[in-house]
Amino acid sequence: MATPGEASVNDSHVGKNKQTPGRYWQEPQQVGKNQNKDGEQALKDLQHKEQTTHTTKKRKQEEDRGDGKKFISGKSDPFPGPAPVPADRVQKFKRKDKTKKPGRQQYKLRDVITRSNNSSEIAQNQAAQFDLLLPEEAGFLEGDEDEDTCMISQEDIAEAVDITSGAKYFNLKLSQFGPYRLDYSKTGRHLLLGGRRGHIACLDWQSKQLMCEINVMESINDVKWLHSESMYAVAQKKWLYIYDSSGIELHCIRKFNDVLRMQFLPYHFLLATASATSFLQYLDVTVGKEVAAICTKTGRLDVMCQNPQNAIIHLGHPNGTVTLWSPNQKEALIKMLCHQGGVRSVTVDKTGTYMVTSGMDKKLKVYDIRAFKPLKSYFLPAGASCLSLSQRGLLSAATGDVVQVYKDVWSTPVTKPYMAHRVRGTAWGLHFCPFEDVLGVGHGDGFTSMLIPGAGEPNFDGLDSNPYRSAKQRQEWEVKALLEKIQPELINLDPAELGRVDRATFEQRHQDRVQALGYDPLAKEKFVPKYKKKGRSSAGAVERRKKQVAHEDQRDEIRKTVEDKIKMEKERKDTEKQKVALHSQKSALDRFNK
Amino acid sequence: MAKVSKKKVSKKSLKKSSEVTGNNEAVATNMIYDDDEKEDDLDGADVDVSGEEDEDGEDERKRQKLLEAISGLGGKRKKTLGERSEAAVQMCEFTVTSKGDGEKIDLSDLIETIEKTPSVPAKAKKQLKTLQRNTKTVECPLSKQENERIQRDVSFQKAATEVSRWKSIITQNRKAEQLVFPLNQEPSGPKPIDRVVTGWKAQTPLEQEIFALLSANKQPINDPILTPFEEASVRAMSLEEAKIRRAELQKARALQSYYESKARREKKIKSKKYHKVQNKVKRKEFLKEFDEMVKMNPAAALEELNKMELARMQERMSLKHQNSGKWAKSKAIMAKYDLEARTAIQQQLKVNKDLTQNLVSSLKEEEEEEEEEEPGTEVLPDFVNDAKQPLDSSNPWMSGKLSEDPTEKEMSETRGVTVEEPITVAHTAEEEEEEGDTEKTEEEALLREFDSRRKLRWAQEADPAAVMSVDDDNDEDDGVIVADSKPSAEEADASDGEEEGLSEFTSLFRGIVDGCREGKAGSDTSAQLNEGLVRIKGVGDMELLPLTNEKAPVEPQHPPASENLPSATKKAEKNRKRKKGIELKDVLTKCTKVIKVPVTPTVEDSEDAEDKVDQMGLIKEAFAGDDVVSDFLKDKKKQENAGKPKVVDMTLPGWGEWGGIGLNPSRRKRRRFRIKTTPPAPRKDVHLPSVIISEKRNSSISFHQVNSLPFPFDTHAQFESTICSPVGRTWNTEQTVKKITKPKVTTQLGAIIEPMAQEELLKNKKQMTVRNNSTVDSLKRKH
Repeated sequence: MATPGEASVNDSHVGKNKQTPGRYWQEPQQVGKNQNKDGEQALKDLQHKEQTTHTTKKRKQEEDRGDGKKFISGKSDPFPGPAPVPADRVQKFKRKDKTKKPGRQQYKLRDVITRSNNSSEIAQNQAAQFDLLLPEEAGFLEGDEDEDTCMISQEDIAEAVDITSGAKYFNLKLSQFGPYRLDYSKTGRHLLLGGRRGHIACLDWQSKQLMCEINVMESINDVKWLHSESMYAVAQKKWLYIYDSSGIELHCIRKFNDVLRMQFLPYHFLLATASATSFLQYLDVTVGKEVAAICTKTGRLDVMCQNPQNAIIHLGHPNGTVTLWSPNQKEALIKMLCHQGGVRSVTVDKTGTYMVTSGMDKKLKVYDIRAFKPLKSYFLPAGASCLSLSQRGLLSAATGDVVQVYKDVWSTPVTKPYMAHRVRGTAWGLHFCPFEDVLGVGHGDGFTSMLIPGAGEPNFDGLDSNPYRSAKQRQEWEVKALLEKIQPELINLDPAELGRVDRATFEQRHQDRVQALGYDPLAKEKFVPKYKKKGRSSAGAVERRKKQVAHEDQRDEIRKTVEDKIKMEKERKDTEKQKVALHSQKSALDRFNK
Repeated sequence: MAKVSKKKVSKKSLKKSSEVTGNNEAVATNMIYDDDEKEDDLDGADVDVSGEEDEDGEDERKRQKLLEAISGLGGKRKKTLGERSEAAVQMCEFTVTSKGDGEKIDLSDLIETIEKTPSVPAKAKKQLKTLQRNTKTVECPLSKQENERIQRDVSFQKAATEVSRWKSIITQNRKAEQLVFPLNQEPSGPKPIDRVVTGWKAQTPLEQEIFALLSANKQPINDPILTPFEEASVRAMSLEEAKIRRAELQKARALQSYYESKARREKKIKSKKYHKVQNKVKRKEFLKEFDEMVKMNPAAALEELNKMELARMQERMSLKHQNSGKWAKSKAIMAKYDLEARTAIQQQLKVNKDLTQNLVSSLKEEEEEEEEEEPGTEVLPDFVNDAKQPLDSSNPWMSGKLSEDPTEKEMSETRGVTVEEPITVAHTAEEEEEEGDTEKTEEEALLREFDSRRKLRWAQEADPAAVMSVDDDNDEDDGVIVADSKPSAEEADASDGEEEGLSEFTSLFRGIVDGCREGKAGSDTSAQLNEGLVRIKGVGDMELLPLTNEKAPVEPQHPPASENLPSATKKAEKNRKRKKGIELKDVLTKCTKVIKVPVTPTVEDSEDAEDKVDQMGLIKEAFAGDDVVSDFLKDKKKQENAGKPKVVDMTLPGWGEWGGIGLNPSRRKRRRFRIKTTPPAPRKDVHLPSVIISEKRNSSISFHQVNSLPFPFDTHAQFESTICSPVGRTWNTEQTVKKITKPKVTTQLGAIIEPMAQEELLKNKKQMTVRNNSTVDSLKRKH
């Protein structure tokens, strides 16, 4: 688990990857070992190389000495230069490939490119060096010999781990108000529970402190935290409501009716809702305006998820298709046929690489959504009603009242779950808690918080989502996040598209402009003849006037072109003259030349 | 009066000289003389009068003058005209011309007298002579404008050179990443002590003297450890050592030269036989070495093996030693009649066979066997081990497996003989048949050669392929059997029960070690089943789908033992071709893995979904897979059609021919006036049968994109790569952000920024020279 206090626990089941952090002096030794391993001939070559490198190094040191960086004592630094960083770690932070430099003639371009190459390299190296500051490692569950990890019960785990982690396994028995949906806030600190029969509770789940508890006296379809733990949205029977953390109703948004599912896009401050009337709507929560309303024309929308990488909304449909939507386009960006029956649940992993779907045909499929290609297909005997992916790629699937967690669904073919747990009543909502090894399950009989070792990201970004932040820090974060809010127009299937040059043709761009402005800015205004009295506005006269104007225009144009031509000609002649003057040397006798 | 007398004397002398020089001169002098006289007259007449008596030959003229003077005294002053005193043939309007008209005065004429007069100094004479020898004329002076222009030019050049001295420093500043104004300020803050000490210079005379002494005696100034002498002595080698080393080097050089010359000589030998023998010897030696290496140094041996494998791969990839070359083809034609050609071809094929034989596998197998023999290790089936070869799983081309085509062809061939039997049996049968053939033409022999090669490959392929069928792989172009096992799964997909059965089968399949052969045979039969499947071409055919699906397992393939081979093969080939395209059905029904859940759900799934799944959904579930696919395909087709440009028909009925009800314009005309637009670029989802990608342009983002390439960039890629790495604090460390986003120009608050001084230039130059010197020094030090 992510907490550092957990390291002291010595248990067979739950542990940590014991891996001493890499030191920079480790690599040279390894290199030396490799050399020893090589064949004789290779060794010779290497020795030769080594010699050369040795000499070059010496040379370098000498040069350094020449610069006057030597110590008075005559000692030289045994570890000169900055500490080397392992290549694989540097590779991890690679942002771009090196651009090829142009020739020396284009020195400006060359400068720009070298500068950008250098800066990216610096950034990469720095980031790799600072990676040292992320000390936490993910936990894992390991069974004894001939023991399946999926047979280990939650109680065992809770007993084995330390007290704080053990306290994270708990049940809330709320049998009165029906199956519960749930949502964790972005920091993973707060939990929002919404019972089907109108019960809403939000609590700081780690301290089990109840923030508010209300009953809206209406059926509840979905609940969702907004950008912070101070506000949440509730999709009730008819309208969409927004409450604050003390349970006060802030808004009732009548524009959003019959909402079934919601997703909040945290960096865009958009609340996306999918309704029973097959509308996909986007609400900008900063200004309270509807950004886009898209009629998907695909019936009831009760399967929804977002791609955290590019803020694209995925919708699942009863005809086995999954569609991808952005607020900028009225039709689906992508429509893929995933199942032969209806789609029951969709989820996308944190990196935006994989999509996992489950359908009525009792299958669980893994797709690569960069290429829209199926990767793996599994058959679940009972089918999965809810899916959820954790930050580190664990997949939880609920089949009836059993919650199963799978590891590495996309890379290796899985035959049995990593963990399994039976809850009371059918599971209704599943969510992994961010930055914690916890899976929250909302079911018919309340809420269960399960311990799933290795689920959460152990290292959090304190400036982005800090689970331990104070009220002041939250306020500051809110301001910053609002300043860095991404406009909904920038939602695109490929987020890197913004960094590319728009290569659309001029006409295409002009068309876009016309569409945006509502008129053609380049169009010439049409001549409308003035009405004249005394019979001078007869049809013939008007026509004549029109013709006259058209004729004038034409003449103007011709004149202009002719002038241009003359000008060009003149310029050409001038340049020629100058050339001639430059070429021929004048002599006194030239004046007699005719 | 004294003045006048002096003049007279000069006049006299002049007269004398004029007499000597000759006529021309005389005239000139006379003229001067006259002028003088006139002046005199103007000065005062009485003076002239008094001096008249002295003159002898010119009374007449004098008198005239006198008269003139007298007349001039009286009234107004008259302008006197110059008078001609001498008669000449040719007369000029303005002056008196010389006797020889148009003749130039030569310098020699003037100098002649000097020769005669002894009083002229020798030096002057010499100078005059050289002058005389020099025949060049002095150029006429330039005009004022030209003169000025030249001066302007010169001054411009001067100024330009003056300015161009700044050029380097200016470009340097322009190129600099950051400029801090005022320039050249000392960096604030404490300096490292080393720099202070080494940068310190002697200033007072005493210090200077001391340092001069130190440096004269080559004593260390900054570094107190070793004197240069000591260092030099340390660095120097002893004489003996040096000698030994030199001898060694000499010997090595000599040996190298011998070796080189020998190699050159050997290379020049043209005898093929010699080379053949040589090669053979080399190979033998290599083998011996290799054997030793296997014992002594297995790692190196493995590397060698890898090398061989690489060579084999190259051979396989290239068309070398195949019978596809020009030479081989010609020989193949000749082979019928020519024994030599036949042997040549056979030889070549043998070479190919040798080269393409998989050496590694045999060795590895041996190793594996050894491993297996060891107790304690897990007993694993052979093919599992085979599957672990990294080559197999990663790339089917590298594994030495055959591609689809030849095997399929072969299969079609074998079908002619035995269809229902497994292929291995078929092969043996074929072989037997061929062996039984007593009368073999030469062509057949060749063919057999090819066949055997193919079989060899097939045999190589068989083992890994068996494993591949178990793996669920994504590659469409994997081994044949993989592709074939898919449809079998597809059939199973029709009903879930069947599917489970199949998966059980596959698990069994994996478990059985000895039954590997049978399993393969089973998969092979399924492959043949596949040949009979009807492929869906369009939407219209989709309605037939369930029917055909049902039929597929029931219906056997082509009539077996049919003798008309060509038609069968053709069909097979067609099927294969169609199979190469990705089929939606295949994609949807990838072989699935069954997950065994230890805890079975007690609550039925349908209960909780009672309100979620409405009537429609229930029906959909019931008829799962029936219309979902066809609906989707229809939708896709519609989208595709919408994206296609429409054909515009511009025909005007009745134009140029009769029109009216029931009369259509002729076909020729219609064809002529139909405007066809160019077909659009292929859709993005051409190769993704189960995906529809919207072709609509997203214009919302284009407002934020860069429209045109900015200045210094040549290509889009360059520009995009420069802006692709993030700059902000969210993605970078603080240090990096500061470094990346530092401003181009910073100015110190309150500091006066003065224009660059001349010293700046000098400093720059000095720096350059110092740098050069330092490099030179370092070079010297190195040598």
